[in-house]
Amino acid sequence: MSAPVLEVAGVSKVFRSGGRQVVALDGVSLALARGETLGLVGPSGSGKSTLARAVLRLVEPDSGAIRFHGHDLLATGGGALRRLRKGLQMVFQDPLAAFNPRTNVGTAIADPLRIHAIVPAAARRAAVARLLDRVGLPAALASRAIHEISGGQRQRVAIARALATEPELIVLDEAVSALDVTIRNRILALLVDLQRERGLCYLFVSHDIAVVRAVAHRVAIMDHGVIVESGPTPAIVAAPASATGRALVAAVPRLLPSPDSLP
Amino acid sequence: MSAPLLTIAGLGVRYAGAAEPALAGVDLAVAEGERLAIVGESGSGKSTLALAIAGLLPAGARREGRIDWPGLGHAPGAGRDIGLVFQDPGSSLNPVLRVGEQVAEVARRHRHLGWPAAFARATELLAQVRLPDPPRLLRAFPHQLSGGQRQRVAIAEAIAADPRLLIADEATSALDTIVQAEIVELLDTLVRERGMTLVFVTHDIALAGRFADRIAVFEKGRLMEAGPAAAVLGRPATAYTASLVASHIGLDTPPLVGGATP
Amino acid sequence: MLARLSRSPEAMVGLVLIALFAATALMAPWLFPRDPLAIVGRPLLAPFTDAALPLGTDRLGRNVLAQLVHGARASLLVSVSAALVAILAGMVVGTLAGLAGGLVDEVLMRIVDAFQIVPGFLLALAFVSVIGPSLPIVVLAIALGVWTAPARLARAEVLSIRERDYVAAARVIGMHPLEIALREVLPNALPPVLALSAVLVAAAVLTEAALSFLGLGDPNIVTWGSMIAEGRNVLRSAPSLSIFPGIALVIAVLGVYLFSEGLSGALANRRVRA
Repeated sequence: MSAPVLEVAGVSKVFRSGGRQVVALDGVSLALARGETLGLVGPSGSGKSTLARAVLRLVEPDSGAIRFHGHDLLATGGGALRRLRKGLQMVFQDPLAAFNPRTNVGTAIADPLRIHAIVPAAARRAAVARLLDRVGLPAALASRAIHEISGGQRQRVAIARALATEPELIVLDEAVSALDVTIRNRILALLVDLQRERGLCYLFVSHDIAVVRAVAHRVAIMDHGVIVESGPTPAIVAAPASATGRALVAAVPRLLPSPDSLP
Repeated sequence: MSAPLLTIAGLGVRYAGAAEPALAGVDLAVAEGERLAIVGESGSGKSTLALAIAGLLPAGARREGRIDWPGLGHAPGAGRDIGLVFQDPGSSLNPVLRVGEQVAEVARRHRHLGWPAAFARATELLAQVRLPDPPRLLRAFPHQLSGGQRQRVAIAEAIAADPRLLIADEATSALDTIVQAEIVELLDTLVRERGMTLVFVTHDIALAGRFADRIAVFEKGRLMEAGPAAAVLGRPATAYTASLVASHIGLDTPPLVGGATP
Repeated sequence: MLARLSRSPEAMVGLVLIALFAATALMAPWLFPRDPLAIVGRPLLAPFTDAALPLGTDRLGRNVLAQLVHGARASLLVSVSAALVAILAGMVVGTLAGLAGGLVDEVLMRIVDAFQIVPGFLLALAFVSVIGPSLPIVVLAIALGVWTAPARLARAEVLSIRERDYVAAARVIGMHPLEIALREVLPNALPPVLALSAVLVAAAVLTEAALSFLGLGDPNIVTWGSMIAEGRNVLRSAPSLSIFPGIALVIAVLGVYLFSEGLSGALANRRVRA
């Protein structure tokens, strides 16, 4: 196996609020290789979203290391960190909350192009149009305000914004959970296409193990801030070893229940 | 099939300032004691239907058509004859009142009990929604509970007045899959035990199929089809329902990527 | 936003009253080109007796209507400038505290606390009596008493916006912290603070009147407060001299309050829908 793109080693995080302590992450380690999707599954409060945000340093871990191509993100700051951010992007759960309410589609996608000087100012409009086209949206959408477009379109714009910096890793934090099912499937297919085309790796965070099974090569199951088991997706889904893994698999609704399986 | 609890005829709803009606020409009957799932995507009008049945449409919404209650014999009162559970228990519970006060208040108002009797009733109700240690929970504030526990409290409140009809509007959508399965099982058990009628509004057709007797599918404010759950899922009558069924991702759906590390 | 505002009856009534207030203030030099402090007739002429002096004259024989109209000008000028200064100062301090956090936040907010402990009017009173009454000093004195409200509000807004996903998204794309502050945080923190400005103007009108009433206004301009103070001496024989500026004060403050009520209602509505 080639050197990992992302390496999380022994990351811990405790949230303190008014005397109470909540252990969100307790010595979590994982690695992601080029072109790979790691599904991070767990119930709410398991720490999976905290880990997703820690990878992007939106949450400051108490200890441990997060290495991107060997550079420790936790030991980097200021301009150096901002330059490193080019390689790691994120798509959030609620696409409406993830955009400045005053911005429009074109500006949202052009911002990363400008910040990292990826495309000169004169060519930015064309670059935005190309990105919109790649995520299946018409170029004319660039002049629309974020609140004017549908939820599915917004999530495509969020993906286009993440693609703009030509990253190697995209963290998807419940990125399809708020979407209608028909739209969700098209977004999942788009993500898989982009991965094949660009060798992207995804950290795919979700509470739904069936969705993770559809897109992830490997799965890590989290509960109470700890990864309780991990491995190749088919093996884990077929025979989960942990109690959390079994509960997650059992909770997936079957489309056609046999009459005797009813409670 | 038993007698209908309520019948809906030619129901249409248009919100103030909206170009398109939220619901149009809906005819549907809900039988006494059945578990009916209302399935649709965003903008299908499924939540509007729930609000219309409960008589809780916002001021300024125009309604046409009829909703009759032959099974009830009188106009229903929200809270008394109809219990409601919403998507976000965080916003339907009062954050500054203890759980016990909120559940007891419903019992007090609709069953005309004194406070001590109402608190005793609240303890019973919390036990019925399978919450651990009800006497201790009575004194807890909503923020001290998990999302699943809060939804159980909301269900306890909804059934406090012994309603004939329970409406659950996306009641499990904000929860993770494990808690979602638990809440669905709880609703199922409560409805069976108490002989209540359940209207279960959801975007998830597989969840609907898991325990509903009948499924009604909505798209863009119109009823596409309604029928026994197995028939709607197994032999969808419309292309739209078929696409919903095909979109479901379960554990037998072919994965989009190979399982091994590339 | 504007459409919602126009549907709120209190906002519309408030707007009409404010427009009346502002129009009177702006038109004062044309309506009464003469110095309002000039003597134009016999002293203590009762109102509604002379068509040329509809509201009568005061103790020195000065035109009461002309004073009222010119008083509106002074009130508007002082209160709007004071509110502006207060909003600006509050915005800067609040945003800085909210964004910087830590020690900077602590120090700035303790300063705000210190200002809030002293009643605003007392602060203004002390300030003017030490430095002396002139227009800019009165404006500063009034702002000194009210800038803490926008500062607190701005800080609270910034603290909440800082945690939003779109600010996280801006960090993820590598946006510079300064650009995040100016483009992502500030514009979205502004509307509620601006909605507060109407309340500040109303409070400033009252504070200004109170200062003038105590003789701490600029002596060279007529204000409603100084008119009331003047009228106090003849309250029994000519109560109208105090009543007319009093009514003007009530109408102006009521108008501004009603408008701000409607404005914050419309803002809250927008947030619910978003």
